Amino acid sequence: MSAALKDLLLGARFAVAGGRDGWTRAVLTAVGVGVGVALLLLAASVPQAFAARQARDDARSDLVSSGQLSPGANTVLLGYTDTEFRGDAVRGRLLRAEGTRPPVPPGVARFPGPGEVVVSPALKALLDSPDGRLFAPRLRGARVIGTIADAGLSGPGELAFYLGDGALTERATARIDRFGQAGLEHEGLSPLLVLLVVIIFVVLLLPIAVFLASAVRFGGERRDQRLAALRLIGADPRMTRRIAAGEATAGALLGLGVGALLFLAGRQVAPFFTVWDVSVFAADVRPGLPLTALIVVAVPVVSVAAGLAALRGVAIEPLGVTRRATVTRRRLWWRLIPPAAGLLVLAPMLGDGGVQGSAGQYQAAAGAVLLLLGAVALLPWLIDLVVRRLGGGPVGWQLAVRRLRFDSGTPVRLVNGITVAVAGTIGLQMLFAGAQSQSITETGHDAAGPQVIVQTHTFTDRAGLLSRLRSTPGVTAADASVRLTTQPARPPRAGEALVELREADCASLAHYARLGRCSPGDVFLVRTSESDSAVTAAYRPGARLTLGDDGGGGSWTLPARTRVVTGTQTYDAVRQDAVLVTPGVLRPSQLAAGTIQAYVWLSPGDPDALERLRNTAVGADPLSMVGVQSAVRMDRKFDGIRRGLYIGAVITLLLIAASMLIGVLEQLRERRRLLAMLVAVGTRRGTLSWSVLWQTAVPVLIGMVLAVVFGLALGAVLMSMVQLPLSVSWPVVGGSAGLGAAVVLLVTALSLPALWRLTRPEGLRTE
Amino acid sequence: MSIGQVFLGLLESGPRHGYDLKRAYDDRFGHVRPLHYGQVYATLSRLLKDGFVELDGVEQVDGPERKRYAVTSAGVTDVDRWLSTAEKPELYLQNTLYTKVVLALLSGRSAADLLDVQRAEHLRHMRELTRRKASGDLADQLVCDHALFHLEADLRWLELTAARLDELTKRVLT
Amino acid sequence: MTAAPLLEADDLHRSFGATPALDGATMRVWPGEVVAVMGSSGSGKSTLLHCLAGILLPDSGVVTYGGRDLSAMSETERSALRRTDFGFVFQFGQLVPELTCLENVALPLRLERIRRGEAERRAAEWLERLEVADLARKRPGETSGGQAQRVAVARALVTRPRVVFADEPTGALDSLNGEKVMRLLTQAARETAAAVVLVTHEARVAGYSDREVVVRDGRTRDLTRAS
Repeated sequence: MSAALKDLLLGARFAVAGGRDGWTRAVLTAVGVGVGVALLLLAASVPQAFAARQARDDARSDLVSSGQLSPGANTVLLGYTDTEFRGDAVRGRLLRAEGTRPPVPPGVARFPGPGEVVVSPALKALLDSPDGRLFAPRLRGARVIGTIADAGLSGPGELAFYLGDGALTERATARIDRFGQAGLEHEGLSPLLVLLVVIIFVVLLLPIAVFLASAVRFGGERRDQRLAALRLIGADPRMTRRIAAGEATAGALLGLGVGALLFLAGRQVAPFFTVWDVSVFAADVRPGLPLTALIVVAVPVVSVAAGLAALRGVAIEPLGVTRRATVTRRRLWWRLIPPAAGLLVLAPMLGDGGVQGSAGQYQAAAGAVLLLLGAVALLPWLIDLVVRRLGGGPVGWQLAVRRLRFDSGTPVRLVNGITVAVAGTIGLQMLFAGAQSQSITETGHDAAGPQVIVQTHTFTDRAGLLSRLRSTPGVTAADASVRLTTQPARPPRAGEALVELREADCASLAHYARLGRCSPGDVFLVRTSESDSAVTAAYRPGARLTLGDDGGGGSWTLPARTRVVTGTQTYDAVRQDAVLVTPGVLRPSQLAAGTIQAYVWLSPGDPDALERLRNTAVGADPLSMVGVQSAVRMDRKFDGIRRGLYIGAVITLLLIAASMLIGVLEQLRERRRLLAMLVAVGTRRGTLSWSVLWQTAVPVLIGMVLAVVFGLALGAVLMSMVQLPLSVSWPVVGGSAGLGAAVVLLVTALSLPALWRLTRPEGLRTE
Repeated sequence: MSIGQVFLGLLESGPRHGYDLKRAYDDRFGHVRPLHYGQVYATLSRLLKDGFVELDGVEQVDGPERKRYAVTSAGVTDVDRWLSTAEKPELYLQNTLYTKVVLALLSGRSAADLLDVQRAEHLRHMRELTRRKASGDLADQLVCDHALFHLEADLRWLELTAARLDELTKRVLT
Repeated sequence: MTAAPLLEADDLHRSFGATPALDGATMRVWPGEVVAVMGSSGSGKSTLLHCLAGILLPDSGVVTYGGRDLSAMSETERSALRRTDFGFVFQFGQLVPELTCLENVALPLRLERIRRGEAERRAAEWLERLEVADLARKRPGETSGGQAQRVAVARALVTRPRVVFADEPTGALDSLNGEKVMRLLTQAARETAAAVVLVTHEARVAGYSDREVVVRDGRTRDLTRAS
């Protein structure tokens, strides 16, 4: 065994040996590193989790590929009846087997016959809960014959069902002969989402790196003394470095073990969380091999590097440890490079255009990361600058400021973690708050407009639908029109637009155009300022039209009494030329080729009205779609991610607070004699407590200022990249800065008992 | 230190012949220089003359006749005075101090008190020297320092002896 | 020594766990005198000093200062007393490493809420008196042991205390530096009429005292008083 290896092993032994103190230190380091490692493993699992989800999604894909299928023993008619329940997406499919050997969706044991339904476990739980009654009508009384197994779900929290429907026809359905499609092209995440993910990772991982680096230094003071003792008995500086490296490695390896355990335990709780309609199976939370390998290698390397870097600041001599007091003045110029580069990179994306293409995403992510790194780089310089300028004050203040002036390295490192976390949080929260308020303002423009649009696909009984809608509790008003597409009854010319026909009563039609007088039997032709001359020529009284996309409504002649009118600017204005007809003009069979578009107003104080409306819509047409105009859904999504961000930030800050606390405690222990002496000469403990408080508060405060500045900058940049109007959410800024203040108070409060204990007169005795 | 006072101290534990006295003295204190018989008898006759000892009897066992001496109450008082008076701090006192400590132990007096008294005297002297030093020139200071260091050595010896009194008592009384 | 004693300890007992440190210690300190408390290491002399200064409370026995029982005072009052009436010099490690020597000396005044400018002006005078005026802007780490100790003496005296407690003040110094510190300490104390309780195991240091109290096994032997 080589001498170097022996030194490393010796160091490793020191990491865990040494009585109660040694164990405390080892446990602290292991837990600290472990928490960091677990979070890293979690982050490393994200791609895998998405991939697994994607694979299951592909396996149940029911999108029709090209080519017409003819009915056969193995074909199935499939209707999409996706819906939402209280903001959660519900994946719904209607199935009708056309033969005896229909394909069965993944995770489903038996093909549901008419009146039968297979539901996901989460939906089953919903149905069994008190809320089940509100959802049940959407299954139209079908009998639940089983649940969908994991293989057929994107995540454990997914709400989904396959409903057998014997009434399904080819209209508005798809015919398939299998589920699943290999080699689907995936769009990937939207650019905005990629940007967010990258920034969230940076925001959360940078502090974890900081925490990792400080966790391996827990107990550094003792270690230095031990190394000094080794120097006395003949270890040379190189040996001490190797021993220190061994110690750090041992701590990191312990931490890796603890981290792996924490991760395994932690992923078991993953299925209980659903964020943005995404939930994951515990088995999906599996870090990829390359990333795992990277973590396993990088953590010890970082630990050793951090440990050795810490040794640079002290001179370990045979007779003891001396801190290198040479204060190197921190330079500004290179620290300005990252933020400046970040702004430079982001500049082209500001204002119009936003993020475009994948190059744009990388550019944006790089810019945001550079900006955050800028905060990291600037902080030490700023703390130096401020602390040097800080003048007189009470004794507690003076002691704290001097201490910082003497050695700001450790606090700076820790505060850096806080700064990045808070800056990132502010930036992202600003983006979300902006998006949220924007969607609210948009609906605010037309407060009187309808909140919901219902569109049927197989149901054209306008009056019947309206009466059903109006009798739904919580619906205050409804309005509907049948819509058909028309085209001139001659070979179409290239580039000729289809013209929409709307059938409704006079009151409804009045929303679309200035009709003047109107009575049943009237027909109107709407002309707008953007009217196409070709269309104007083709659509005139007496012109012959084909009704429906494929002429399914037969043909019809615009009567001579047709009046030309102009469009309006209401919630459903006609923006192009259109034909408006009153009831009685067209026969129901002519209208059957169309769809109904209904506008619904809901009672504002009734949150369940929307759910009941969806039930009504499904009852009228199982394949109908219900669209919500307001920002309800958007809000909830942002709420989830915002809460997640806050939780992440709080955890990060708690980690940092823990390392700060340990740092303060170590420092107090190191200066036990001095503290006891100060108390002996009559120093008030309050003075010393203030000194501890200031010593934590000053760097954190500076860090917070920097975090707010950079957070606002980041937020502004992000908002302008996704073309949101710039607005500062002060509650977000205040909340984030409040977190920083909480850290200071927490650290101080928790270190006071130790301060009390260490300043007892006994402290004077021990030598 | 006078041999007479040591003899008186030794006689306190009981009357002895001159020859016994010499042997006891040599055993305990004569590491450097054993006593001559002449010295012994000269001292005894002086003590007899001063009334500190008296003749306790004469024996003759197949040889020369031997006189046995006993200490008088005046003699005991003299020993008392001697043991409880601090020696003037001067160089090479250890011999005397050691003798006094042993005699105190032998005669059941408090050796610790004796040491304390001596320490106080040493310190008094050192204070004086320290004061003189403060007001004197460099030559004075150097002279005083020389004396101070020696006194300090004595004091250390006193300290150490005080700390080892129990051990010494056992050694002396067995 | 006809006046009333300034500081009086009567039959003090104090144990640390099962180990008795003081076992019936009694001593008095009169205004303006320099008393050496001597004894071997572990004899309890430092504990005696801590009890006299109100840093430690005895398990039994009474310490009175100016007629007031220290045990009857609150911790806050004792702290205040230590700030105003007492001064302290320890063996080493008593200066705050981040503060300059001048600021260290000014510290007790600042604790008394005296304005910084005034505190530092007075501190500078004391540095001058202890012949270390040139160290004012230096940090303790940049001075020698003897210099640091003289700064500490200046700090102990800057509040013009009535008693200075010095615990092995020369313990970490060589003879020459030790002499210098002792000469300056006693001289300054006499000039300000401060009493000095000087804990030491070195006879030459005790030579600067007016009298000595010996502590052995936690008991005092106050010989000079008896004679």
